[in-house]
Amino acid sequence: MGSMKKLESKIKTSRQRPLISVMAALALLPLAAFLVSLSFGRYGIPLPQLMQILFGKLCGLTPTWPDTLEKVLFNVRIPRILCAMMVGAALAGSGAAYQGVFKNPMVSPDILGASAGAGFGAAFAILNNYNVIGIELTAFLFGIAAVALTYFLGQAIGRNMNTVLILVLTGMVVQSLFSAFTSVIKYEADPNNKLPEITFWLMGGLTSSTQKQVWMMAFPFLAGLVILFLLRWKINILSFGDEEAKALGIDTLKIRVILIMASTLLTSASIAISGMIGWVGLIIPHLARLIVGPNYKVLLPASVLMGAAFLLLVDDVARTVLVTEIPLSILTAIIGAPFFIYLLLKGRSSWE
Amino acid sequence: MKLEVCSAVCGYGKRDVIKGISFSVSSKEIFCLLGPNGVGKTTLFKTVLGFLKLRGGSIKVDGEDISQWSRKKYAQVIGYVPQTHTPPFPFAVSDVVIMGRTAHLGSFSTPALTDRTIVRNVMEELGIMHLKDRIYTEISGGERQMVLIARALAQQPQFLVMDEPTSNLDFGNQMLVLRQIRKLSSRGIGVIMTSHFPDHAFLCSSKVALLRKEGFEIGRPDEIVTEENLQEVYGVSVKITSIPVPGGLVKACVPLI
Repeated sequence: MGSMKKLESKIKTSRQRPLISVMAALALLPLAAFLVSLSFGRYGIPLPQLMQILFGKLCGLTPTWPDTLEKVLFNVRIPRILCAMMVGAALAGSGAAYQGVFKNPMVSPDILGASAGAGFGAAFAILNNYNVIGIELTAFLFGIAAVALTYFLGQAIGRNMNTVLILVLTGMVVQSLFSAFTSVIKYEADPNNKLPEITFWLMGGLTSSTQKQVWMMAFPFLAGLVILFLLRWKINILSFGDEEAKALGIDTLKIRVILIMASTLLTSASIAISGMIGWVGLIIPHLARLIVGPNYKVLLPASVLMGAAFLLLVDDVARTVLVTEIPLSILTAIIGAPFFIYLLLKGRSSWE
Repeated sequence: MKLEVCSAVCGYGKRDVIKGISFSVSSKEIFCLLGPNGVGKTTLFKTVLGFLKLRGGSIKVDGEDISQWSRKKYAQVIGYVPQTHTPPFPFAVSDVVIMGRTAHLGSFSTPALTDRTIVRNVMEELGIMHLKDRIYTEISGGERQMVLIARALAQQPQFLVMDEPTSNLDFGNQMLVLRQIRKLSSRGIGVIMTSHFPDHAFLCSSKVALLRKEGFEIGRPDEIVTEENLQEVYGVSVKITSIPVPGGLVKACVPLI
């Protein structure tokens, strides 16, 4: 019995201790990125002054700092940072979940068409002057519709063929279909006010992040994330295919539908506040898998943490490098496209 | 325990593949499904596992109809060892084996220490402890088969359905798996397996179903695996001989090619 206990703890330590420290490091990543990002920007805030304001605010001291500084920090910079972190976490988390649910390492919110569907839904809602909840709901519904379309097309075409690439291809078709719908919306939109609004938003960016948008994102973000987190271990089993998952005791249809709904909720909420930001949901889960392995018990939290830090840092670059802001989606595409090619090269052996 | 299939009709799409088959498997029995490709071996066991809807008749465990069981309840009683394939992600072997614990976990739980203990015991019993930290997608076919058996045992089912457990294995690994199957049945598990080798029915099964295009035949291996039946079903002339081995006689099929 004693030796059993010893073996037990040995197994525990040999496999888990490094993972725990890796996770701790990953948890510090977004926190560090948050602090660094606070002082960065067009309106630079030196670190001592930053600490002074934060500390002063926290303890309710009378302001000894310029009013503008406080306004920049609380009305502009912090909302933007929070939005960047939530969007990054949401896209990376949903990407990781989609990959497991569809047993397909090549998919992501954008490749499945979820982003394009949600984008169309949101554009439609903006055109029709829906309120915040209306925008999010329409984005979600069309996001679900797009994923369902991609999936069923892939099933119909893929039967006994290579479903990994087929799903990517049907996703492309659905993507371009919904982009065409979005173009119709732009064509219809009033060029004096609605068109610029929609176009600017579609380009993808967090320039106009306000406190309102933080709240708009917070609810669907938490709801989707909690669901993914609670079911994360079951994603492992789904990735072995339906029959095996059923035989292991999982109600595959129910769990799969819940996971797809939660992932699409995260995707569509991100798109509703930040427009089309691509690639994050593909790259980050893969990087996370390289670091912590494929077990969703740790992979999902790792993806979420890394996604938050990644998009925040990319957004820092977007808002500081050039005189004018670079749209975020351009930067993520420049990083993401070569990465996708790398995945194709690496995975070649599995579909040849 | 007793798994009973009563005048079951199995099929998919528009086709009924097997009509009116009845058999039972008790604890400690090994039931071997033989027959050429395309006669419905897979359809039959997928129906038993509940992947395909039963189109007639009933399936009972100890007299209780299982058609309304939840997947979880099902998995606690009947385990499945599929043919090996490659999952899309490079899981560690121990992560694969622990998936067998799913049916015993709460809706939102992840495996705990007790589950890891069960996994370790199962892997030690099967002699695959050395594989624990290896990557499932990188080990050999025989090793993967053992890992899948370990996963099904971690599930602690009463019955085990095995889909061609010896296919794609070299001779040594085939015997390793057969020996393991015999050991499982002696521990009280009822086994349903499909096979392409009539010899395997002699080596380890207590009951055989021979499926053919029209109908089926069920009985003891001696009654079913005969020269006439094999000639008829597979179209191959076969001599069946008895070979003395330590502990008795073993029958074997020698094809005349």
